[in-house]
Amino acid sequence: MFYREAGQFRTSYAQDSQIFPLRQDRLGMTIILLIAVLIPFGANAYWLSAILIPWLILSLVALGQNILMGYAGQLSLGSAGFMAVGAFACYNFILRVPDIPFVVAVVLSGICAAMVGIVFGLPSLRIRGLYLAVATLASQFFIVWSLDKFGWFKNYDPAGVITAQKIIILGHEFVSPREKYWVVLAIVVVLALLAKNMARGSVGRGWMAVRDMDVAAEVMGLSLLRTKLQAFAISSFYCGVGGALYAFAYLQTVEPSAFTIDLSFRILFMVIIGGLGTIMGSFMGAGFILLMPIFLNILFHSIFGKSVDASVISAVEQVVFGVMIIMFLIFEPLGLARLWQLTKERLRLWPFKH
Amino acid sequence: MANFSFFIEVLVGGLLSGIMYSLVALGFVLIYKASGVFNFAQGAMVLFAVLSFVGIMELGLPFWAALPVAIGLMVLVGMATERFVLRPLVSQSEDTLLMATIGLTFVIEGAAQLAWGVDVRNLDLGIRDEPIIWVMDKTGMLISQLDIMAGIVATIMVVSLALLFSRTKVGRGLRAVADDHTAALSIGIPLKHIWMLVWATAGVVALVAGMLWGARSGVQFALVWVALKALPVLIIGGFTSVPGVIVAGLLVGASEKLVEVYFGPMFGGGVEVWFPYVMAVLFLLIRPEGLFGEKIIRRV
Repeated sequence: MFYREAGQFRTSYAQDSQIFPLRQDRLGMTIILLIAVLIPFGANAYWLSAILIPWLILSLVALGQNILMGYAGQLSLGSAGFMAVGAFACYNFILRVPDIPFVVAVVLSGICAAMVGIVFGLPSLRIRGLYLAVATLASQFFIVWSLDKFGWFKNYDPAGVITAQKIIILGHEFVSPREKYWVVLAIVVVLALLAKNMARGSVGRGWMAVRDMDVAAEVMGLSLLRTKLQAFAISSFYCGVGGALYAFAYLQTVEPSAFTIDLSFRILFMVIIGGLGTIMGSFMGAGFILLMPIFLNILFHSIFGKSVDASVISAVEQVVFGVMIIMFLIFEPLGLARLWQLTKERLRLWPFKH
Repeated sequence: MANFSFFIEVLVGGLLSGIMYSLVALGFVLIYKASGVFNFAQGAMVLFAVLSFVGIMELGLPFWAALPVAIGLMVLVGMATERFVLRPLVSQSEDTLLMATIGLTFVIEGAAQLAWGVDVRNLDLGIRDEPIIWVMDKTGMLISQLDIMAGIVATIMVVSLALLFSRTKVGRGLRAVADDHTAALSIGIPLKHIWMLVWATAGVVALVAGMLWGARSGVQFALVWVALKALPVLIIGGFTSVPGVIVAGLLVGASEKLVEVYFGPMFGGGVEVWFPYVMAVLFLLIRPEGLFGEKIIRRV
């Protein structure tokens, strides 16, 4: 009853090709966006800077990883490396190019990450699956190592960390968590809509053809070279922008070793738990992985009081993450997004079951 | 002459640490050969095995009593993995299985940490990590006893595994299962038993690798990162070849140490972190199936 498309007719091409053809979806999206824009007025600084901002940023990175893994079917374990490229590129653009607008710097750092992504995507033309996963680990280790070893990237900081500059857009300084949140939100919304459009257009169909059977796709006249590298480039672009925001709107001070393989795994988990090959799943997965440790922490403290060791909690967290991954792969390989889809189908028939 | 003996010293050190990589990679190959699963958790199993071994010894058991207990524990872990992770995921794609074993890595690491804590421990195998005196006297080269011992152990394991694969009835069953699960099942080879056996063997291999590593650099969580080195070894050697991983391990060990010593200083060191991976990628571009791997043929 709540989710019925009956009676909604599409009478023009414009209507037929809109992003959200259902009235309920459009309404839902508007409400979500309104809440997202207005939430800083209700949330305190902790919520904004420790949960909402990283959630949006990690969603963006998960989206990038999802484009590569979920849509184009290329297994990658190096997303944190591309985030690092984005973060350090943005720092250097603002440092070295006088009066560069912040948004331009972010986009340029995304492009830097995309170029690095293309280089490390080259092996995908010859290898696939497990082999490719190991090849992407090379990018992870190499990028972090070179950012660490070549002082130029860090402006020869003796401590080996960079401090992100102020976010200045059109002469206005974005200092408070609330303002930063809006900047991040704007960028994420634009890029998410862009991803949605790419995924449902010819670009996305190309990716999915490669994912499902790349030899067949090639026989049908799709250029594997172009499609695969495009997926790597766009995915790394998202990771790069995510990395830049991670440094500028979330962490402030960053060192290369913040972008470990562990972060890459977490991003991978976000994609699996959220749902491979869905835009919404990236957001759900990021939220889930981010909130899980916080939830466990609260749970432990409420059960055992303050006496629990931090290392015990982190170990439990690890076990829970691992178990969740295995359970999702076994019972719901399509992730949280699939659960939402099932809910929608229920709502269509509600209150009747059939 | 001093230069030359230094070169030999680095080379031998590299070759011997390569043997350790090979030992870890051997566990991968076993499982991949018999069940087509790329077991990312092998590194975590190495850690878990040796941590448990040391932990059991700390509880008061002597070395020779702790060994069978640790082996039994690893067999249990292997069997549990087979039962609770792989059986429900049977006939899924390789990528899904890889992701499941990444999940397994997290579970095993977390469990190891919960059970035995995060402290670095020492493991004394009764073999000193000291240079052999007469070699040092004669040639001036520093070659550790422990490294030699590791080499011998690795050789014994490889030879016995090769014999197991080629000469015994179980080995024949293993190869049959590797070729085609369904066909093997239909002629009466007990698939479940074979898989359990393989996982148990992989657990034992992990224990041996872990003990050798632990004796050298302490039993600690950094072992997981060492185990990650086994991945490029595997790629270069080919997923299905036991001799392949040995050769590749030696190659990776020797070249990474040589590159680190002779070219590392140009970039401020740390080259050995990524060099094996880049080598593996370059290798893949030339010969995707690895040194001794089976050629991958894909049909539409």
